[in-house]
Amino acid sequence: MSSAAQELRASYAFVERNFYLVRRYLGWEVVFLVYTMVNTLTIGFIGVDSTGGTGGQPATALANERVLYLVIGALLWGFLSILFETVSEAVAWERWEGTIEYTFMAPVRRLTHLGGTCLFGIVYGVLRTALVLLAVVLFFRLNLQGANLGSAFLVLVVSSFSFMGLGLIAAVLPLMSPERGPQATHIVQALLLLVSGVYYDVAALPHWLQPLAALSPATYTLAAARDALLRGAGVAQLAPDLWRLVALGLVLIPLGLTAFGWGERYALQTGKLKRNG
Amino acid sequence: MIELDQTPAVFCEAVSKTFVESEGGENDEPDTAPGPWWSRARRRRRVEAVRDVSLEVPKGEIFGVLGPNGSGKSTLIRLMATLLVPDRGTLRIFGRDVTRERMEVRRLINRVSVDAAFFKKLSAMENLRYAARLYGVPVAEGQRRALEILDRLGFSSRKARVPLENLSRGQQQKVAVARALLTSPALLLMDEPTTGLDPRSKNDVQDFVLEVQRDHGTTVILTSHDMAESDRLCNRVAFIDNGRIVALDTPQVLKAGVPHQGGEPSLEDAFFYYTGRDWKEEVAD
Repeated sequence: MSSAAQELRASYAFVERNFYLVRRYLGWEVVFLVYTMVNTLTIGFIGVDSTGGTGGQPATALANERVLYLVIGALLWGFLSILFETVSEAVAWERWEGTIEYTFMAPVRRLTHLGGTCLFGIVYGVLRTALVLLAVVLFFRLNLQGANLGSAFLVLVVSSFSFMGLGLIAAVLPLMSPERGPQATHIVQALLLLVSGVYYDVAALPHWLQPLAALSPATYTLAAARDALLRGAGVAQLAPDLWRLVALGLVLIPLGLTAFGWGERYALQTGKLKRNG
Repeated sequence: MIELDQTPAVFCEAVSKTFVESEGGENDEPDTAPGPWWSRARRRRRVEAVRDVSLEVPKGEIFGVLGPNGSGKSTLIRLMATLLVPDRGTLRIFGRDVTRERMEVRRLINRVSVDAAFFKKLSAMENLRYAARLYGVPVAEGQRRALEILDRLGFSSRKARVPLENLSRGQQQKVAVARALLTSPALLLMDEPTTGLDPRSKNDVQDFVLEVQRDHGTTVILTSHDMAESDRLCNRVAFIDNGRIVALDTPQVLKAGVPHQGGEPSLEDAFFYYTGRDWKEEVAD
């Protein structure tokens, strides 16, 4: 078997293993899915209420757009959070399960290991987001006739790369500090939520915070996805944001892999993976 | 190309490993230590876990590393497993350097640790599929091989689909042995593989280790608290104390070196003779 084929097989090991885990924790999966749906609906109701809607339905086309604006924010944030957490918590999760040494000792390149983890995050995230979207559209009877779903899906895929890079950078923290690293990853995630315009336009941010919005891939993801779903924008119209996302991915993934490699060397040097005896 | 037959399975020369730990013994920041953070930061100590260890293990040998808790056995195993980087010295597995040729070393080894490191919610079979994919073993072949090993270890195939959290420690450890061997490692690192097992399970694992050595020529590095087990399994034994090897030879020679009156000295007597420590007290600690 060629080396590339073997790495692909090994990469699939992480996808399969994580889906087995999803199946075993199915009860919790249902709970989290229902929670996400309810949370997204709640955010949608804020849109209904703020535009004078009653009976759970947007009153006008403009109100429909406002509800969709908020719901898209909630859905995309849900998807990006899943992807970010899957990657950033890969180390913390395995440490908790007690399998971290087994996985790190396997003859698998770190790129393969983390690539497989990211692939799972994308597939799992897309499936969950699609289910929540379906529930929300049915609940609010939202009009998606003008939406360009193909472009929106492309935005999700392209944005995944930069979020993988961010996740890789955040995953270094649990590698370096088993106790405090996992907590620190949530700070990174919270900062992204604050500056990326998930529920409001980034123009609403104080001027001193706006440069951070320009650095966040979530800003361009949300802007492009809203253009695709609210205004039916095609790939050509979304090209500027898509290129920005590609550029961020090209910077963040190598940066993330480099940081992770550095963190792994530090862990092997200091015994941070695990040590007793 | 290195000829595996002519190269020692393990070549270890003047290997040392030191850790910096908080005084509380934790491997991370001292969360609960009293005093301001700047004084906490200073309360650290250096622990020389492995000091100038030199040894050579030929292919096909079962080599025991015996010592009390905290003596450096597991650190030595982790260094061989590429899970730690030596601070000083040379450590080669079948001629491959554990630091510079990490991936090549990883293809040659596998490890059974004292705590069966599994995804406990997953079944034995699901964990074994994961292992097979990681090591490039076709899944069907890996499953067949693992089931054969489990059968040989007296593990009912019925239990292979039960979540591991519902199995006893002995059964989990048998799955850990099967997982390590389904990849056909040239060097098997066994870190206290029978600790906490019932006598029958312990015997099953010991018999199987001997069988693997005999039939496949697998080299085994074994750490153990069980002197009788080491006496039975190991071709040679090293006593390790405070990170240093204090004696290394066959169990027979080590025992023969102990001055005695009357009965034949045991490996425990030999440990006491070479380290000045009582084995039962050390293990109890």
